[in-house]
Amino acid sequence: MDFLTNDLLQLSDSAVRNATPLLLACLAGLYSERAGIFDIGLEGKMLVAAFAAGAFSAFAGMPAYDGGWGMGAWSVWIGLGAAIVASVAFSMIHAFASITLRGNQLISGVAINFFAAGITVLIGQYWFRMGGQTPQLRAGQRFDPITLPFAKSVQDVPVIGPIYHDLISGHNIIVYLGFLIVALTWWVLYRTRFGLRMRAVGENPGAVDTAGISVVKLRYSALIITGILCGLAGAYLSLGTAAAGFGKDMTAGRGFIALAALIFAKWKPITAMWATLLFGLLEAIGNKYQSVDLGFMVLPGQFMQALPYILTVVILAGFVGKAIPPKAGGEPYVKER
Amino acid sequence: MNKNLPKWVDLGLIPLLTLALAFAVSGLVVLSIGQNPIAVVKVMIQGAFNPFGIGHTLYFTTNFIFTGLAVAVAFHAKLFNIGGEGQAGIAGVGVALIMLSFDWPNWTIALLVGTLAAMVFGAAWAAIPAYLQAKRGSHIVITTIMFNLIATAIVGYLLVGPLQAVGSLPESPSFPPAASLPTMHDILGVFGIEFDKNAPVNISFFIALVAALLVWILIWKTRLGYEMRAFGHSERAAVFAGISPMKITMVAMLISGALSGLMAVNTVQGEAERLVIGAVEGAGFIGIAVALMGRSHPVGVVLAAFLFGILTQGGAELQYELGIPPQMITVIQALIIMFTGSMENLVRVPLENIFIRAGKGAAS
Repeated sequence: MDFLTNDLLQLSDSAVRNATPLLLACLAGLYSERAGIFDIGLEGKMLVAAFAAGAFSAFAGMPAYDGGWGMGAWSVWIGLGAAIVASVAFSMIHAFASITLRGNQLISGVAINFFAAGITVLIGQYWFRMGGQTPQLRAGQRFDPITLPFAKSVQDVPVIGPIYHDLISGHNIIVYLGFLIVALTWWVLYRTRFGLRMRAVGENPGAVDTAGISVVKLRYSALIITGILCGLAGAYLSLGTAAAGFGKDMTAGRGFIALAALIFAKWKPITAMWATLLFGLLEAIGNKYQSVDLGFMVLPGQFMQALPYILTVVILAGFVGKAIPPKAGGEPYVKER
Repeated sequence: MNKNLPKWVDLGLIPLLTLALAFAVSGLVVLSIGQNPIAVVKVMIQGAFNPFGIGHTLYFTTNFIFTGLAVAVAFHAKLFNIGGEGQAGIAGVGVALIMLSFDWPNWTIALLVGTLAAMVFGAAWAAIPAYLQAKRGSHIVITTIMFNLIATAIVGYLLVGPLQAVGSLPESPSFPPAASLPTMHDILGVFGIEFDKNAPVNISFFIALVAALLVWILIWKTRLGYEMRAFGHSERAAVFAGISPMKITMVAMLISGALSGLMAVNTVQGEAERLVIGAVEGAGFIGIAVALMGRSHPVGVVLAAFLFGILTQGGAELQYELGIPPQMITVIQALIIMFTGSMENLVRVPLENIFIRAGKGAAS
């Protein structure tokens, strides 16, 4: 019994860790798609953010006599800032192609993914000569777990104690930020003027335009938020996980899984949280049980690793309820002349 | 397509200008990693065209013709098939399974059956996303990407499990020697022309050219091709004309998957003669850039595939000569996709303005 609850706690804990980058990317996609811009490029933005975070945190933390900036504990924040800047820049390229030039949003997203996959290795190799990796980050260069107040003292209280100590406490700041942003996104989306307008511009940009509000400005704003959130997601991968540094293609399809979670969640923030937690749990199970013996057959490790991708397909196939996307998604808006 | 522009501008000048833009930005990237763009171009061209390199250039070209045609055919029906990578990977499994199942008496039968197996397996891997798109409205872009990742897992599993040869390497046993396909050296040798004996380019190159011709006939000379283009142009109009979206989506994706699959004949059967990990090497994705640059026309696809063949082989030289990682090609590929596929209006709109102004003066 104790064994079971321990396993369950450990799995839930990993699920939260795995879900965080998915959640942030999913919310990033939510802003973009609610404003009527498809974003296949979440993956690429996360990747470039992860690289920028790893590289700049490494530079900042390197002692000055090694050619670094010797910034100590500030390094991790420099990394985070660089991640956000890089991701927003990529987001603006996407915005320029799909809003200003009215180009194909899918193709632009695909291009951004490839560009990120290539440029991160090229520059990484040029800067660090480590085959596209960034140097291993030390304390102060990455986000460390935060122990919440009283975690130690309530640890022995039955049920609540272990849950508080093992599951809720002990994550890094980005994890808590991610869940905070869920609430914030809900509030922005449903309780502010900007949110109302953003939802409208994704459904019927013509109406928004008629009301004298700039479609272009709204969509650019939404994509800036998308960029910031992808930046956080990417920074988490290189600064907030055991990887402690950037490795090539480290996003490993998370941008696409986040998109699937977004569709699964029907473009709603709270539901998006649950959807990404589900994917996080699946990833945790795949990592914990390399192969699973079902009695009559053994599921190989490769199957367990492919599980999130398979679930994505099942979800997209609509076996879990019909998802209706924002109506104007993917269509460039042409002002009437 | 566009009434404001003469055909030569639409099909010639705009692609060339967008390509020039893509190369210009690639040059900036080269500068940013501390290299000289002119030296890079020199190394690439020498690497791609020297007597050793050309055999590799044409080998890569063959792959890209197949994957480029695959994306192009789907584009005509307004379907974005990003799954070439997975379709070619699974087709490799098909080729390996059939090649290892029989003791082939000679290469002609082996080629025929291998080609069929590659097409069937490639098409089958495209069929599920196609069905889900047509019947359940699942976004084909995301499902095909997922199928790429799932295919990687399957191939990985097979090569360390059921299909693994004796030994520790993740690869299948070698195919029977009699099934070995004629290389360009063998073919040109018949006509007394010298060609590098070790070059990987083989008879599949000619299959690729035939495939391009067949795609041209399909798209512009058959009823099915007409229906695909009509559907791609306007789904609603096509439905009114009695064209079934289900049928077109399925058929276009099956053909697309079969074309991607054919790549395995070149790589798995023609070159490696066994199944190895990562046999596709991103060629499925390069097909997207090839189709966009070639404007989904078989002639354009063949030319664009040759360009990417040069880039790939020349890019491999960059690693040896200048220490630039092969990801340089991924960057160029991304920029070509961006500028020709999504930022085309950057050159199109100014050109249209010029021609409207000029047209007003001349026509009236």
